[in-house]
Amino acid sequence: MQFFIDNFDILRDAFLTTLSLSLLAGLLALVLGTLLAAMRVSPVAPLRGLATFYVEVFRNTPLTVVFFFIIFGLPQIDFVIDFFPGAVLSVGLYTAAFVCEAVRSGINAVSPGQAEASRALGLTFGQSLREVVLPQAFRTVVPPLGNVLIAMVKNTSIAAGFSVSELSSTLPRLVNANAGDLLFVLLGVVIGYMLITLPAAYAVHRLERKVAILR
Amino acid sequence: MTSSQNGDPLVRLTGVNKWFGDLHVLQDIDLTIDRGEVVVVIGPSGSGKSTLCRTINRLESIEQGEISVDGQRLPEEGKALARLRSDVGMVFQSFNLFAHKTILENVTLGPIKVRRQSKGDAEKRARELLDRVGVSAQADKYPAQLSGGQQQRVAIARALAMDPKVMLFDEPTSALDPEMISEVLDVMIGLARDGMTMVVVTHEMGFARRAANRVVFMDGGRIVESSDPETFFNNPTSDRAKDFLSKILNH
Repeated sequence: MQFFIDNFDILRDAFLTTLSLSLLAGLLALVLGTLLAAMRVSPVAPLRGLATFYVEVFRNTPLTVVFFFIIFGLPQIDFVIDFFPGAVLSVGLYTAAFVCEAVRSGINAVSPGQAEASRALGLTFGQSLREVVLPQAFRTVVPPLGNVLIAMVKNTSIAAGFSVSELSSTLPRLVNANAGDLLFVLLGVVIGYMLITLPAAYAVHRLERKVAILR
Repeated sequence: MTSSQNGDPLVRLTGVNKWFGDLHVLQDIDLTIDRGEVVVVIGPSGSGKSTLCRTINRLESIEQGEISVDGQRLPEEGKALARLRSDVGMVFQSFNLFAHKTILENVTLGPIKVRRQSKGDAEKRARELLDRVGVSAQADKYPAQLSGGQQQRVAIARALAMDPKVMLFDEPTSALDPEMISEVLDVMIGLARDGMTMVVVTHEMGFARRAANRVVFMDGGRIVESSDPETFFNNPTSDRAKDFLSKILNH
């Protein structure tokens, strides 16, 4: 117990960093991923091509490589970015590809008659997507989106390798300073992640039940 | 044989051809529908009648020919097409009510988003229309809570809320239980009496007899016969129509 009292500040700060990294990257991934999904079903061929290219590039590149590119590659073209925003960007851009595919599967699950009816009313493609298709698509993708976001929270640990003082980065520091308390160090870090992922999983579960009743 | 009767054409199809791959689903279709006219399209499955109906608001594109609504040629895509579609009401076989919206929201969506009406105005008009089709008590329910007949009547109200120039009905009663068919047909007969221009693809011969100004018989992607219901049902000229009628009217 003494270990936790002594190192509370370090663990708390690291937890808050992981939390804000997760929230910001998650927000970026949800917005960009939805936009990409809309592009992938749009009638405009260049938009479809662009979004497909994006998804294939980011989905098939290891996250560590994405980090390298954003934090060390971009300065080569005179675009210097700090470690924390760089981490947000890396995790967000990477996860957006997975969000896109989850949302797209949801769009495909909405009966084509729904889009036909909205177009027949005179709604534009964008209106039909916003008002009719996406709200229904999100219902079917709540569980897979939950998986994507939980995986993303754990993926933020890669940022430890890029000078962001998040939860995983405390592991080597605390272990070196408290060699006898190795298990407590691990426990502290794991609890930190669970404080984010378990409520997230619960929220997904609740959301799933709520939208299921509305059908 | 497919020319207009009173010389005030609203929908005009000229030399329309469409293929699904190798299948020539619409062949040299010429059809003019007058303002206030009720045209019933009948024919065997796969004759192209639904496809014909869906080309009028370009839910199906065509490869050749020209379609115009109220003197305006159908635009290819984009905002101009959306504007034209807003003047053409459509009722589908499978209702296609928006599953995540209440009955009232289903009817107000078009007027609010497309016509830019205020929510209050749109709701007032929607309630009148729901009352007219007899489902006003269901306004706050979701589509899945309604019977098929009720859903289809809501779909008619949803289309009417846009004050369309013409209404397209694509087999509106084919997915309904027999006892629900008449409640939908009654609404459609009322519309026809009120002078709505209607194109109705259906297997309901009773409706064709009672409400149609003209019956168009299709087979194999062509318009085989086009005449008033009296003539069509009593003295069909083509062998194909005679054969079709003998099969469906003998039961």
